[in-house]
Amino acid sequence: MITFFTIMLSATCFFCLFRVIGGPTPPDRTVAIDVLGIVVVGFSAIMALITGHDYFLNIGISWALLSFIGTMALAKYLEGRGFDE
Amino acid sequence: MMKKMLFHFLMLFGVWLLFTWTLEIPDVIAGVIVSLILAVLLNSIFDGEVTSLLNPVKLFWAIIYIPVFFYHMMVANLDVAYRVLNPGLPIKPGIVKVKTKLKSDLGKTTLANSITLTPGTLTVDIKGEYLYIHWINVLSDNVEEATKEIVDKFEKYIVRFYG
Amino acid sequence: MSELSTAAAVFISIGVAFDLIGGLGLIRLPDIYNRLQAATKCVTLGTCFILIGVLIQFGFTSIGVKAILCLAFILMTSPTAAHAISKGSHDFGIKLWEGSVVDKLAEDKSKE
Repeated sequence: MITFFTIMLSATCFFCLFRVIGGPTPPDRTVAIDVLGIVVVGFSAIMALITGHDYFLNIGISWALLSFIGTMALAKYLEGRGFDE
Repeated sequence: MMKKMLFHFLMLFGVWLLFTWTLEIPDVIAGVIVSLILAVLLNSIFDGEVTSLLNPVKLFWAIIYIPVFFYHMMVANLDVAYRVLNPGLPIKPGIVKVKTKLKSDLGKTTLANSITLTPGTLTVDIKGEYLYIHWINVLSDNVEEATKEIVDKFEKYIVRFYG
Repeated sequence: MSELSTAAAVFISIGVAFDLIGGLGLIRLPDIYNRLQAATKCVTLGTCFILIGVLIQFGFTSIGVKAILCLAFILMTSPTAAHAISKGSHDFGIKLWEGSVVDKLAEDKSKE
């Protein structure tokens, strides 16, 4: 069952990577990176389920917040403004 | 002023307790110190609108809002999943303009985030009292009708706790 | 690990399926705004379901409570990020897909 979950999530990651590599415009890549960040949080939840250790969810929380900041920086870049506005 | 700082302190301390999930004395003391420093330092950044939730009536409506929101979110996801899996791609996208009655920034943010997570709609921009919304299946490009279709079902709840 | 309970397995399966649909939407839909629709909504809800499944499996232990925190952060950050990307790409000059019906934002921008 768990193997099935990890395979499905890996497939989602590959879809995102396809869009990161082949996306025709910069915003397409930004969206794919954002989605990849959220999928990795799901992965860390699955890892916590497999191992029973709680630090995988610490990784998940940090990953969610950091990927949000990264996405905001990329979005500000797309808007054509500086990072401190 | 003090009320705002105390509210943020309690919020940060609550998150700390949930995050460490122990009640050992050194951990709790470290949490109190860190939350106090953050609450004092960041006091000028927070605008303190969240403190309106201290009113029990408003808190009640905010809690009522959560299941309503989850219901609309489930419907939205089934709808989008249907559109993605259908081989004919039945989409009719466009950006429409809607009007909101909400005044406070926090209320507008809550409304915009709710709209983004629910049926086929995505907030693109906010200018004053108008929201620009990307709609995956445009039913009407008229401002009033689009407002009735998209905004009303959330606004009647949000207006009760964020005004 | 302990044995996976049925309720947790059901919730995690639904979540993973929604994640997969979101990824598929990222590939299939024609332009950036539609991709954002599928990607943010389906993937956010899918990950929320996975976290709820983890919460059901472990109950209110340290893992379950961290899953709740993670869920709250994802629900707050994901729509904001989607909003930022869509505004950024509209300012970047990405046009809507040719089958689109109306673009009020571009009309209002050209008036100014």
